[in-house]
Amino acid sequence: MAMQSSRREMEEHHFSLWTLIAVPLLSVFLQAYLPLRFPHFGLVDLPVLVVIYFAVSRRSPIAGTFFGLVIGIIQDALTHLPLGIHGIINCILGYLAASIGLRIDVDNPGTRLMMNFVFMLLGSVLQVLIFRRLLGMHVEWFWLHELIRAVVNALIGVILFALLDRLRQRE
Amino acid sequence: MESFLSRYRNPLVLLAVVLAQMVLIAVQVRRPVKGTDGRQTRLARYGVVSVISPVERAFLFTGHGIVNSWHDYLDLRQVRAQNRELQAELSRIRVEEASLAEDARQNGRLQKLFAFQQHYVASTVAAHVIGTSGTDLSRVLYLDKGSADGLRTDMPVITPDGVVGKLRDVFPHSSQLLEINDPTSGLGVILTESRLRGILRGTASGQTEIIDILPDEHIRPGEPLVTSGGDEIFPRGLPVGTVDRVINDPARNPYVAILIRPAVNLSRLDEVLVITQTSDTIPTTMQQDMATSEQKAADILAQRLPGAIAPPATGPDGKAQPPVDVNAPPPPVRPPASLHPDRYTPGATPPAAQLTPGAPYSTQTFAPPTAASPVAPASEAKAGSAAKKIPAEKRSSTPPAGTVEIHTKPKRSAADSNGATPAEEPRN
Repeated sequence: MAMQSSRREMEEHHFSLWTLIAVPLLSVFLQAYLPLRFPHFGLVDLPVLVVIYFAVSRRSPIAGTFFGLVIGIIQDALTHLPLGIHGIINCILGYLAASIGLRIDVDNPGTRLMMNFVFMLLGSVLQVLIFRRLLGMHVEWFWLHELIRAVVNALIGVILFALLDRLRQRE
Repeated sequence: MESFLSRYRNPLVLLAVVLAQMVLIAVQVRRPVKGTDGRQTRLARYGVVSVISPVERAFLFTGHGIVNSWHDYLDLRQVRAQNRELQAELSRIRVEEASLAEDARQNGRLQKLFAFQQHYVASTVAAHVIGTSGTDLSRVLYLDKGSADGLRTDMPVITPDGVVGKLRDVFPHSSQLLEINDPTSGLGVILTESRLRGILRGTASGQTEIIDILPDEHIRPGEPLVTSGGDEIFPRGLPVGTVDRVINDPARNPYVAILIRPAVNLSRLDEVLVITQTSDTIPTTMQQDMATSEQKAADILAQRLPGAIAPPATGPDGKAQPPVDVNAPPPPVRPPASLHPDRYTPGATPPAAQLTPGAPYSTQTFAPPTAASPVAPASEAKAGSAAKKIPAEKRSSTPPAGTVEIHTKPKRSAADSNGATPAEEPRN
């Protein structure tokens, strides 16, 4: 336990407060604006990628949970759907990403690719479950669409994570 | 207990947060609030929209400014040719509109007769699309106009191509537009040819469809559909789209679903029109436009087909004549004046009493007609009583002012009707 804590403290990355506020807001803004110019951009989920990144960087499941909660509620506020749908999804993904960040090396691009792919698929499953079980709405599941979406997001996530690495504060 | 909480602190926090959000969702779904959201959720949405919208608006207008400057330069080079094309198109549309204006008036009279209240678009507000919801599960767009510009919830939104959706939530300086392809939207439509009515809904994949249709309905792809006005939001008759195909609906057997191709490209919207007011009479601006179109159409036709439309009615003093009474019987149809009169010109043949049997045509003693007086005065003076009965103004080949001249074949003479073939007819 003591060893894990020291490793966690050693690999925990820090960001400025401005980064923690501006980056999520920018991701939500781009997610809302870019589909106007590029209709296929709706396939990408930038806010979720940002949640995953900050969760694995902070390596704190509670921080990851609340980070996911805030970004998810902001995403929900832009839709006409009940508040909390993206909140629940992002909370769970943030929690899991932070938990994984404690155990494996998440700075490796290959690991990031796999991690993003799995998290995006998990996010889709959670979304369908929430719509069907909580809201009683019929949402169809298309395997091919979800796989393509996960692959695209995983690739974009690798690039995005590399860019966000530059915003880390040096110890 | 303390060790349990400290040991499972992380999953417990996650569980608590997720449960809290589930309760939040349940409350929002259960609450039957008229309109859109409860006060608290609306406040949350307003807060987020207030932060995001100004940035989106700034981005949009900055981007538009740069792009427009470049496009202005490019457009300037093509503007003359484009102007000519537009003028020609405008002329064509004027003529079309003029021909439709009378139908519209008749339609209005009939609707009055049946006490049917038609709603016309009286006023609109143009708005820019500045953002989306960011997810495919919620087909909403954000507009840069809000309640400060006179927008209200449930106002219909259109483009010149057709229906886009309706306003779901209106904030002071922005508003949320729910597109017709969202699963929660509903729009009363009618197919123009089969006269089938239905409710257009969106699907989770962003398509639009009409469900609960019996399979024996005769619907063919390409059939257009318009708003029915039954939803009391959209005025009747706005174009919605066309039938794409009819598919079996396994969820609602034995009904089928009609997939619709929207008239508007919903994924590429820049500007929209919000209908802020409708009226049950044709708006004044539309009436003026129709009157202008009719006048312009007459001018265009007069330019292109000088013979088809008579010159404006003016008297000998140059003043305008009173309008022709439309209830009066139409004047007799007469052939037009010929440019080069000859013996075959109507009215040029002298009465039989003046002709010498067996004499050649050149030795006949009647005056040939002239352009100024097609009928020879000499022959007229000696004509029988039948010729005298014809009034002078009716003998003139020029039609009365203000009437449309109709070109008809001259009646065949008695000789023709007695078996003379065209080959036997004399030639000039």
